[in-house]
Amino acid sequence: MALPVDEVLRIARLAHLRLDAAEAERMGTHLARILDYVAMLDDADVSSVEGTTHAIGLVCPLREDRVHPSLSSSEASRGAPHSEEDLFAVPRFVG
Amino acid sequence: MNAAYEPVIGLEVHCQIKTETKIFCGCPTRFGAPANSQVCPVCLGLPGALPVLNRRVVDLMLRMALAVGCTIRPRSRFARKNYFYPDLPKGYQISQYDEPVASGGRIDFEFDGTARSARLERIHLEEDAGKNLHLDSRPVSLVDFNRSGVPLMEIVSEPEIGSPAEAAEVLRVIRSLVRALEVSDGNMEEGSLRCDANVSLRPVGTRALGTKAEVKNMNSFKNVEHALAHEIERQADLLGRGERVVQETRLWNVQRGVTEPMRSKEEAHDYRYFPEPDLPPLEIAGEWIDEVRRGLPELPAARRDRFREQFGLPPYDARVLTAERELADYFEQTVADGADAKQAANFLMTEVLSRVADPRDLPGAPVSPRGLAALLRLQSGGTISGKVAKDVFLRMWETGRGAEEIVRAEGLQQVSDETALEETCRHVLAENAAAVDRYHGGEQRVFGHLIGQAMRASGGKANPKLVNEILRKLLGG
Amino acid sequence: MSATAAEIATLVGGGHASAEEIARTTFARIRRCDGRIGAYLRLDEEGALRSAREVDARVRLGERPVLAGVPIALKDAIVTRGVETTCASKILRGWIPPYDAAVVERLRAAGAVITGKANMDEFAMGSSNENSAYGPVRNPWDLERTPGGSSGGSAAAVAAELCAAALGSDTGGSIRQPAAMCGVVGLKPTYGRVSRRGLVAFASSLDQIGPLAHTVEDAALLLEAVAGHDERDSTSAARPVEPYRDSCRGDLRGLRIGVPREFFVAGMDSEVEAAVRAAIEVLGRLGGEIVDLSLPHTPHAVAAYYLICTAEASANLARYDGVRFGHRARGAQDLLEMYQRTRGEGFGPEVKRRIMLGTYALSAGYYEAYYGKAQKVRTLICRDFEEAFRSCDVLATPTSPTAAFRLGERLDDPLQMHLADVFTISVNLAGLPGISLPCGATGAGLPIGLQIIAPAFAEQTMLRAAWAYEQSTDWHLRRPPEWTA
Repeated sequence: MALPVDEVLRIARLAHLRLDAAEAERMGTHLARILDYVAMLDDADVSSVEGTTHAIGLVCPLREDRVHPSLSSSEASRGAPHSEEDLFAVPRFVG
Repeated sequence: MNAAYEPVIGLEVHCQIKTETKIFCGCPTRFGAPANSQVCPVCLGLPGALPVLNRRVVDLMLRMALAVGCTIRPRSRFARKNYFYPDLPKGYQISQYDEPVASGGRIDFEFDGTARSARLERIHLEEDAGKNLHLDSRPVSLVDFNRSGVPLMEIVSEPEIGSPAEAAEVLRVIRSLVRALEVSDGNMEEGSLRCDANVSLRPVGTRALGTKAEVKNMNSFKNVEHALAHEIERQADLLGRGERVVQETRLWNVQRGVTEPMRSKEEAHDYRYFPEPDLPPLEIAGEWIDEVRRGLPELPAARRDRFREQFGLPPYDARVLTAERELADYFEQTVADGADAKQAANFLMTEVLSRVADPRDLPGAPVSPRGLAALLRLQSGGTISGKVAKDVFLRMWETGRGAEEIVRAEGLQQVSDETALEETCRHVLAENAAAVDRYHGGEQRVFGHLIGQAMRASGGKANPKLVNEILRKLLGG
Repeated sequence: MSATAAEIATLVGGGHASAEEIARTTFARIRRCDGRIGAYLRLDEEGALRSAREVDARVRLGERPVLAGVPIALKDAIVTRGVETTCASKILRGWIPPYDAAVVERLRAAGAVITGKANMDEFAMGSSNENSAYGPVRNPWDLERTPGGSSGGSAAAVAAELCAAALGSDTGGSIRQPAAMCGVVGLKPTYGRVSRRGLVAFASSLDQIGPLAHTVEDAALLLEAVAGHDERDSTSAARPVEPYRDSCRGDLRGLRIGVPREFFVAGMDSEVEAAVRAAIEVLGRLGGEIVDLSLPHTPHAVAAYYLICTAEASANLARYDGVRFGHRARGAQDLLEMYQRTRGEGFGPEVKRRIMLGTYALSAGYYEAYYGKAQKVRTLICRDFEEAFRSCDVLATPTSPTAAFRLGERLDDPLQMHLADVFTISVNLAGLPGISLPCGATGAGLPIGLQIIAPAFAEQTMLRAAWAYEQSTDWHLRRPPEWTA
């Protein structure tokens, strides 16, 4: 049993992943297996609980509105695959 | 528009919050810096970087939220809004979803002479994205992340606003509020205030909402009104022809005067919101809220009412003067420095406002409130006439010199010496015997001409009120 | 046998040994041995020698840095300024970070000498270090077997004495499980105990950095050096750092040791079970009171984990888009193609699988059924532990159901691979500290690990139990025969 390929491709589009046909098919099989497995969570009685995002009770810390030294523009764009005068360049897209 | 339908508008206003540093990192927020010179691993979305919330962002946002009557959530959460775009470095925006800081509230405004209210759904915090530059000469787009991470307040109204003009007015009030509260520059041209809207139509008198279209790219109050008006007509046409409105995002094209569907063929965004694991819940205690509330400056509406009561200003004047904080401050200071309130109001609304491009520039104006007060005191004290006051003001504005100095240097003092004036008037009457006869013959209008002559004879310096009195006396009635 | 980190720090700090000498010896050994193991992705010999000389200079000025001269390997998920950091992925090939992780700053301040970046499963996703884009790591105990993962390189480097200690990261067992497979000590701190700033994120609410070393004392020493509040990590705990090394003493009288039934399951290796049960008996002889108890939602842990960690990962890995750093696909005609091909080319199959699962679990219509449900089950798991710790002070369990498995054995069945994490995963979900230490060997000589779990921020208790056990046996003295110096 597998997830239908068009469903796999829909998710791949959301994730901006290119999968070739073979990958997409394998992925469909794999995802179906995992989803079958995780269905066991339905056995758990969660009717009286809220979800946990942070297991350790934490509160959002706040910082002062003070400038902290940043990167220089050359440091910032140094690792860029394509940059032009400290700006990051990408294939043109309509705004 | 087809009278069978009524428009329903909801606004989504994004307002940059005026802090020194960004919402989640210590990079400066100053506008106009060289590309990518105000970035760090956090706002560049580098691997391993983590967000830390700027307290002042929350402070300022609370000011706005309290000023418009929102309920503040004691515990609110951040959420990740996931989508891919070059100006969004992490591939998600840290925003708020299920548990925003503020909910409810309303914007009070005046429209068509009545007091109205636009209810708000929520106000929440999020981070801004970078800026994209699209080249024409080559198929390349360039991205600057200086703006990435600048704090934003998103103000969402309930879908209840009934017309484009009202929508523009609500937006104006929001702008005036954020500026009065010093929370934001609220400048649409610079992008510190941005407005998107959801527009739908429904048959008049019904309550269910029709299919909405989102309208974006409206970058001024006028454009908001035009774009919304156009969109409403477009939808009305569709419905009138029996077609359906498609739920989509449309961009306002200001050159062509139409809204157009966004070109990208990507499917409707599935943002896959989930609670931000890098930021624990934000707790806002009652003490913090009380402190912000105590520190709230006088809001425009309250100031407007006070101006009417305390200074006896008519509603129109009060409204104009409190539309901008700097203008209201200037007015109050002028009065505090000894000017008559009504005179100051008139003068401000005519002579001063016409000389500044933006009321924000008032603090740097060539004439200070003290300077204007001095001029107005000369006028109300009778030293100069109203007409002369205008001329003096122009000279003050151009040269930066004080009123008294200019009046003295150019001998502009009004003549109020009754004896001298009486002599001038007798002289004028003698020279205009024919007119005098006509006046006595019943032509009241001739009186004005005689005043004019007397003023001219005095080189414009005669005190007009006295001239009026003396002439009447001499003419015997 | 090489000196421990504690010994090196004492020797170098006391001026009896040179950090530079130790560094050179370490690199010579790495060059001799690592070719066949593959523990390191890259070495930073120049940087290490520079650091070593600096430490020697500091010592001459009278300083006694806590980790003076200790050669330490860093999992390549830890960001190092000026030194390529790849997370064992093609998508980060060539990325030279402009900043240091918080733990790196602290290690340097403590006088440690960073030898290089350790191999790992790509983006920390895996349990065997077979998912590295730069080649697998082999277990020093048996080169045909995996060292475990995802901190396989860190564990193997320590085991083969290619460093005195290492830092790894643990999201579902990625420090503890490879530690068990390689016969070393691996410690995952309480969530928030160690700053995550500079740890390339996999699952933000589960990740923690922790030490791997030969002894419990070494692990404590390293933890002390890197733990503590970081105001630039909003999930970092504001609690002061306890003197963990001081916990390395005494017996276990008065300590209640819980043994959860669900951790001794059918299908686990009988040698592993025997070794761990024997270890628990030793704990009893040392004064501990053994308490039988239950963590009823243990069977749900793997499922909950795989939905939560993949959901968080799908968002954390969205930044790898070819725009600002790392790999970008060549010749893309438009933006969308650039994104899709960059990520398609740059990520390995396991990473893609997890991104897909995570995206699915969060997508419209599925959130409540998957991610939402998993978060709620997580609450139940947390409560299980809270309940358990009412009747005990620590828990003792096996770290892994089996000893090291063969390379290639589980690659066809990712689900099987996931199930191997069953004993470690729930600890991350609850944010608790856990340590694995050697407690036996299979007939073939493969190491077996004992896991001790403690309540949140109770590292001291955990270390006390671990140390007492360690000192009463010789397991920590074993070294893989082929690599004995």
